[in-house]
Amino acid sequence: MLIFFSLLLAAVLGYAQIQERFPKPDFQTDYTRPDLSTPLPRAQVWEYVDIAVLIAALVLASYFAHRLRSRRKIFWLMVFSLVYFGFIRQGCVCAVGAVQNVAYALFNTGYAIPLSVIAFFVLPLVFTLFYGRTFCAAVCPLGAAQDAVILKPVRLSSTTAGLLGMLPVIYLGLAVLFAATGTGFIICRYDPFIGFFRFGAGFAMVLFGAAVLLLGTVVARPYCRFLCPLGVLLDWMSLLSKKHVKITPDTCSNCRLCEESCPFGAIHKPNPSAQSPDKQTELRRLAVLLVLLPVIMFGAGWAGSRLYVPLARQHPTVALSEEILLENGGKRAVMTDATRAFRASGKTADELFEEAGRIQQRFRTGGWLLGGFIGIVFVFKLIGLTILRRRPEYEIDAGACFSCGRCFSFCPYEQLRLGTITQEELEEMERQGKNGSGAGGTSPMENNQNG
Amino acid sequence: MAGKPERAGINRRGFLKSSLNTLSGLLIGGIGGLLFSRSSKKEMVWQIDPEICIQCERCAANCVLAHSAVKCVHSFSMCGYCDLCSGYLEPGARSRDTGAENQLCPTGALKRTFVENPYFEYTIDEKLCIGCGKCVKGCAAFGNGSLYLQVRHDRCLNCNECSIARSCPSQAWKRVPADRPYILRGDESASFERRMKRGDRG
Repeated sequence: MLIFFSLLLAAVLGYAQIQERFPKPDFQTDYTRPDLSTPLPRAQVWEYVDIAVLIAALVLASYFAHRLRSRRKIFWLMVFSLVYFGFIRQGCVCAVGAVQNVAYALFNTGYAIPLSVIAFFVLPLVFTLFYGRTFCAAVCPLGAAQDAVILKPVRLSSTTAGLLGMLPVIYLGLAVLFAATGTGFIICRYDPFIGFFRFGAGFAMVLFGAAVLLLGTVVARPYCRFLCPLGVLLDWMSLLSKKHVKITPDTCSNCRLCEESCPFGAIHKPNPSAQSPDKQTELRRLAVLLVLLPVIMFGAGWAGSRLYVPLARQHPTVALSEEILLENGGKRAVMTDATRAFRASGKTADELFEEAGRIQQRFRTGGWLLGGFIGIVFVFKLIGLTILRRRPEYEIDAGACFSCGRCFSFCPYEQLRLGTITQEELEEMERQGKNGSGAGGTSPMENNQNG
Repeated sequence: MAGKPERAGINRRGFLKSSLNTLSGLLIGGIGGLLFSRSSKKEMVWQIDPEICIQCERCAANCVLAHSAVKCVHSFSMCGYCDLCSGYLEPGARSRDTGAENQLCPTGALKRTFVENPYFEYTIDEKLCIGCGKCVKGCAAFGNGSLYLQVRHDRCLNCNECSIARSCPSQAWKRVPADRPYILRGDESASFERRMKRGDRG
């Protein structure tokens, strides 16, 4: 009876504070209390090992792509990265997620960012600035997982690919906004592959991961191209890179043999000038787009800031304040665990509302920046789609190219360099390619897509 | 830009590309340097603050692992060693015996052994504990509060965003340095510090 009333009282009052209700025992026998086991997490040294492996993998990837030009070596390095960064390190911390930690650290001075996270953010970007997206080809475990399942990749039109390319921009913007405001790390939350790496995830995540991998059999590297937020930054770094892989080790003779060699559609065909519109039309289009730029930027920024209520609600403090408001206003009868815990914590509702208001203000500013960012990138993408570059020969789209090396062996000059064909055979292949007998050809060395 | 003849040496596109390259490099390096100066230089891991935890039972279900990395731990220095343990036995049970139906623990992980009259020792079998916190709630409500939940670092993967932390209604989850990965109660806290200073690894 007494116990029942105590239980009722405790439930009504909230949670009991711990107190020493019963005195410490006075043992007469020689009983000794057992020790509490406190297993430690993995030793600090492994953090440095991770950074060292990352540097080594990036150096090797760039070396294999640029100096050795070997698809086979890149492939095996990719397998190693899948095993080490994916299954052994279980996909965390990764370069893609590190963007969020950096955003969080820049806007919250209380967060002490670990060294390995800084390294995983800085190193892939810096290596890409020097050598192109060799990180994507051979070091990123998420890319490796998708690369491994490519079966029959379809070609997407440049407009489709360009527009789908806005998705990662939006994802990056939202991820940085949510990370900087301390709301959460959405890239980690919706990472499709981490469930496989750590052999544990909720059902929805397993389903999502399986769907992405299934899609990856026909659309090569779908996450890399149309979702990866780090890919946006790597795209830009790669466009600016000091060195980028070329399809041919020598010159390009427009033999067309590499045309169909890229599963990611990252090869630009040459432009015969007869097909392109005249300079006047192009300049007019550019002028229209440049005039539209501030309009779209401010319009999108304004729209982003208007979204601050639903965006801010994702933050736990704001969500809690909304629940407290509902309860205080009599609109909800039953307390939730969160509101009950809050009321027992001793913090006043006014303090909570003030904090929530401050967070909402951050989202208002953040919304402007998010919208403006998406707007600018959108207009520049349109400019890129509508303004034609004069291309005399087959060129790599430096932004989209992962430097995977698949196209190398399609080029007859590469085959000549490797000694698999003679000079006469090269000239014969060039002649056949230009005549269009079989667009592209098959690389004589490769038997499967990956090898 | 399009259609202009190429000059020997650097052209406009090349110059633009080169300077943007350098600027980007400086920006990234600058961010890296700034964060390095603020860095903890240590890995950070997740831990529950037992003083804030409200025993809502979400720890058992929200871990990404099939068996949650959160387990109940026992501060033997705080325990009263009671016969009628409110963390072990359900209040209002039909009979006062140690039948499974009278125990709070749904998996039978809390073991009771006789020490001497009238004291009983309560230990947790971590292989069975699911981290639900039912025993913690009972102990906090009617006992000394010697049972509490902690993240076990031989199991925890140290996810960048902890799914349990995200679902915690009282915001009891904190990031702590990896060399002080537990927030302990009672004398165990001081003895843990001593062991760390001696260089023991758990």
